[in-house]
Amino acid sequence: MDILISSLVAGLLIGSVFALVALGLTIIFGVMDIVNFAHGEFLMIGMYTGILTVQVTGLDPLFSLPVALAVGFALGLLCYVGFVKYLLRGPMVAQLLGTFGLMLFLRNLVLLIFGSEDRGIHTGILVGKSLDLGMGVIIPATKLAAAVLSVLSFVAVYVFIHKTKLGKALQATALNRQAARYMGIPAERMNALAWGIGGATVTAAGALLVNFWSASPYVGLLFTMIAFAIVALGGFGSIPGAFFAALVVGLITEIPGIWDFFTYTFDNDWMADVPMNSFKYTGVYLTYFIIMVVRPRGLFGWKL
Amino acid sequence: MAKELLRVEEITVRYSGLPVVQGVSLSVAAGETVCVVGANGAGKSTILRAVMGAQPAIRGRILFRGEEIHKLPTEEIVRRGVVYVPEERMLFLPISVEENLLLGAYIHKDRRRVARNLEKTYDIFPKLRERRQQAVSTLSGGEQQMVAIGRALMSEPKVLMLDEPSLGLAPKLVDEVLDTVRRLKNEGVTILLVEQNVREALDLADRAYVIQSGRVVLEGTGADLLENPEVKSAYLGF
Ligand SMILES: Nc1ncnc2c1ncn2[C@@H]1O[C@H](COP(=O)(O)OP(=O)(O)OP(=O)(O)O)[C@@H](O)[C@H]1O
Ligand SMILES: [Mg+2]
Repeated sequence: MDILISSLVAGLLIGSVFALVALGLTIIFGVMDIVNFAHGEFLMIGMYTGILTVQVTGLDPLFSLPVALAVGFALGLLCYVGFVKYLLRGPMVAQLLGTFGLMLFLRNLVLLIFGSEDRGIHTGILVGKSLDLGMGVIIPATKLAAAVLSVLSFVAVYVFIHKTKLGKALQATALNRQAARYMGIPAERMNALAWGIGGATVTAAGALLVNFWSASPYVGLLFTMIAFAIVALGGFGSIPGAFFAALVVGLITEIPGIWDFFTYTFDNDWMADVPMNSFKYTGVYLTYFIIMVVRPRGLFGWKL
Repeated sequence: MAKELLRVEEITVRYSGLPVVQGVSLSVAAGETVCVVGANGAGKSTILRAVMGAQPAIRGRILFRGEEIHKLPTEEIVRRGVVYVPEERMLFLPISVEENLLLGAYIHKDRRRVARNLEKTYDIFPKLRERRQQAVSTLSGGEQQMVAIGRALMSEPKVLMLDEPSLGLAPKLVDEVLDTVRRLKNEGVTILLVEQNVREALDLADRAYVIQSGRVVLEGTGADLLENPEVKSAYLGF
């Protein structure tokens, strides 16, 4: 039983972080119908931002959250103003290949600066600490903190979009771009804002992950795929959809633990022989595939 | 004559190489209601889209209060006071009536002014007050048209451009919408109206232009055009 509950809790915790990972992708897609293949590279840069902040200030990685938000916002803005803006004038395929190129560029830039080896932080104040929920269920404090801060950041963005004038203008642009322009809403600036917010949130997620997930220049693609799966599941451009889908995807990544539980429960040799852990992310991609076939618009049709 | 607000000078607009508006000129003076009539596909909406900077004029000039606006982005044209209610209405369907109206006032920073405009809009369209919290997608066609016009009024337009506001409405609602336009006119709103209900439109208009295949073929006061034999045979059915 404890394995089952532990797996479910772990799935929901990592799912909460995944929600912050996917938020920017769904916002950028919602506002300008562009798929950002470099999304995971922002997260990767967030990881290095976390590591650097710790090395320079000696503080706990969790305090690097504001730094990562600022770096991510600036980077998102820069990518839009300096690059993506020009892609929009080209055909759809130019946009796809363009952000793909951005992905390669950012990855190799980091590779050049930091080298290819994995890096992690094992000095945070929360590292090694944990919360005992009883019944043998133990939550690592680093994951709990990352989940809580992710949910807070996610909610902050949601409130910004739904309660502030600027946020509502962004939502209007997502709902009907031309109509928004007829309201006097500057569409170009809304694009830039979407990239800023998108960059800030996913970069922040990277900084939150670095306590328990080691950084390497190649880590981005996995998160791009996870974010794609979430956005597809939750509905392209949907923020509440992304949240629920992220929890689902978080739980899917914990299927190996759940599998173990049933293996023990039924004392089943056949089940014990399946190397579920090697297929940790296969379930995510499989879900993505099934959603794209069955319901391409995703579960929720709501924009932002 | 009253001060000229909007002036379209010899504009040509193309869609993928094909000219759909060719050398059209028209003008709207402050306080005037000017109507543009013409058959389907004549190019009426295209003229309005060109004024809004949504479809560039490849030749000619567009002036607002004497200043060229045809090179400005749409949002800047809106800021100056030219506001457009498109034929397709282009409402923000999933969000509420009130949120739609408030987005119409995006260019205004002063909250009290926006609140005042909102009250005024609800006074003009009491039905919208009742349905303020309802998603626009759940409203009837007539109510949606009220939201579209109300949203445009929220920005205090100096020129209000209405593109076939009666399109797709039941006859009773057509009258209602045209009555609203008349009311706005009487309140002194400057209006550029495109309409298929030629008789009512010409009756309402101070001046009017008849467009055929992308060109102005007739212009005059609404009353004159109502009496014009060509207009009578082509648009009024006798
Ligand atoms: N986006 C577009 N791309 C290509 N051609 C277009 C486009 N929009 C309009 N046209 C063409 O331009 C011409 C003029 O269209 P426009 O919408 O201005 O006519 P209209 O007078 O408003 O007609 P209606 O009364 O049907 O609204 C039409 O022949 C139409 O097919
Ligand atoms: Mg039209």
